[in-house]
Amino acid sequence: MSNNPIIKIEGLSKTFGNGTGAITALDNINLSIEPGEIFGIIGLSGAGKSTLVRCMNLLERPTTGSVIFDGTDITALSDRELRKVRQSIGMIFQGFNLLMQRNALDNVCFPLELAGVPRNEAKKRAKELLSTVGLADREKSYPAQLSGGEKQRVAIARALATNPKVLLCDEATSALDPTTTQSILSLLKELNQKIGVTIIIITHEMKVIEQICNRVAIIANSQIQEIGPVQEVFRHPKTQAAKKLIFAKEDYTEEFVGKGRYLRLVFDGSQTDRPVIANMVIKCGTVVSIVYARTKMINGKMYGHMLLELPEEQEGVNKIKAYLDSENITYEEEEYNA
Amino acid sequence: MLNEIIKEIFSAQMLSLVWQGLLETLYMSLISTAVAYVIGLPVGMLLVVTDKDGVKPNPAVNTTVGSIVNFFRSVPFLILMVAVMPLSRLIVGTTIGAKATIVSLVIASAPYVARMVESSAKEVDRGVIEASLSMGASTMQIVRKVILPEAKPSLIYGAAISSTTILGYTAMAGAVGGGGLGAIAINYGYHRKETVIMWLMVFILVLIVQVFQMIGSFLAKKNDKRIR
Ligand SMILES: Nc1ncnc2c1ncn2[C@@H]1O[C@H](COP(=O)(O)OP(=O)(O)O)[C@@H](O)[C@H]1O
Ligand SMILES: [Mg+2]
Repeated sequence: MSNNPIIKIEGLSKTFGNGTGAITALDNINLSIEPGEIFGIIGLSGAGKSTLVRCMNLLERPTTGSVIFDGTDITALSDRELRKVRQSIGMIFQGFNLLMQRNALDNVCFPLELAGVPRNEAKKRAKELLSTVGLADREKSYPAQLSGGEKQRVAIARALATNPKVLLCDEATSALDPTTTQSILSLLKELNQKIGVTIIIITHEMKVIEQICNRVAIIANSQIQEIGPVQEVFRHPKTQAAKKLIFAKEDYTEEFVGKGRYLRLVFDGSQTDRPVIANMVIKCGTVVSIVYARTKMINGKMYGHMLLELPEEQEGVNKIKAYLDSENITYEEEEYNA
Repeated sequence: MLNEIIKEIFSAQMLSLVWQGLLETLYMSLISTAVAYVIGLPVGMLLVVTDKDGVKPNPAVNTTVGSIVNFFRSVPFLILMVAVMPLSRLIVGTTIGAKATIVSLVIASAPYVARMVESSAKEVDRGVIEASLSMGASTMQIVRKVILPEAKPSLIYGAAISSTTILGYTAMAGAVGGGGLGAIAINYGYHRKETVIMWLMVFILVLIVQVFQMIGSFLAKKNDKRIR
């Protein structure tokens, strides 16, 4: 990783209120975001995600700690300097937050207007951006005439108008249906590749992270619990909070398992995408039943756990184990007497 | 008897008196509304901006301005009229008639307007203001480019309400030498017991209120892009 993070957060804490009513939303957060990456921050509602992302452009002032944007500690800047820096940090929101009395084109012109860009130039750039987000034909439409996905596209165009280095997305797809979510995520990924803008995505949805993030931080109880490449963190969640989030139903043993011998298979993305279980049954000539499976496809690779009920005879068990070894699938035998 | 009354109402003299009164009333209410907005709009904005949830919270300014506004709002209009007579003399050189009334109307209605403006401005979605802040907008830019345009329909609607309220004040001002339709109603209806004239004036006032309100609603709707 490079030595020059685009955003570096050091010892950041945020407490709302004071005295007995004080709420600690963030507690000693340390985080480095590299230029050009798509960084995800995931956590349950109330974990402090929005507060964290709002600290990145100082919409929220941290109680302690610093926010270093492109080498400058922005908590130390004057109001005027901060406004200038904010032009380099775009932001989109769950509720879109478009100006309802301006049409799409004028919404995209807005940040340029704030920055003092001449009207003609601003209009030209806004038109380009609207066509980048696929809304060239809707420039005269008012937000009330646009669908949720279209509104978010306008918001993305607006956030990118001043050529920011970073785009902050606070639950940007949480108000959208799954199909629209997909298309917005693809657009973000495309923009990241095309213009190299660093993207920070806040969400409570795993699939958003899985789909486009390079790295992820898991936030719970006001702290970052785990941080790392998406595949690594989702494959081997270490902390209790992360496991809870990733395998939302960790209590499956009680739900699904009776007395007997079981084999837990672990898919860590290194296996082929062939239908392993079906092949195993054919090759070994033994029938097994899957009592529990929680697997995900991330970037075309399979991750997760699967619990198989083993046959009675040891011979079948041995065959299965041999097959799994040959396929490079990690497993663990479990026995339940309940 | 009835004949006589009708004759009196529609006598050339009476008609010109009513016409005069109507013009005076319109003049007083519209000028007062305009001047009240010149004062009330910035004060209302100041209240919104300095509010604890505003763009630039400032409890000291907010409380001080808020208290002054509340003070003027709580003084009954008739008392205020009498109280500001010296000021009227200073500003317009007289304490009676339409011009003098405008001074007290403005003083009485500017605080009201400030609260109307404040309430309209508070309807602007907090998220939109946050988005603007995230783009580097200054407080002044937020007021001029976000709050005012976004609150425009509501502000126009509020202006219609304010102008009808001010119209009501002009009628009251008639009681203490204010001129206009209110003065005619009181002079003829109350002092001379010509109730028909009084009710005619009331009827005209009601009509004006309706017209102001209709114009306001129409303009508010026309300026609102939130409707598909
Ligand atoms: N302005 C605020 N005043 C008081 N408490 C707040 C404020 N903003 C957030 N909080 C509290 O901080 C915690 C984290 O909130 P938030 O960052 O919005 O969580 P998330 O976005 O992960 O759902 C919550 O307990 C929330 O109630
Ligand atoms: Mg949130």
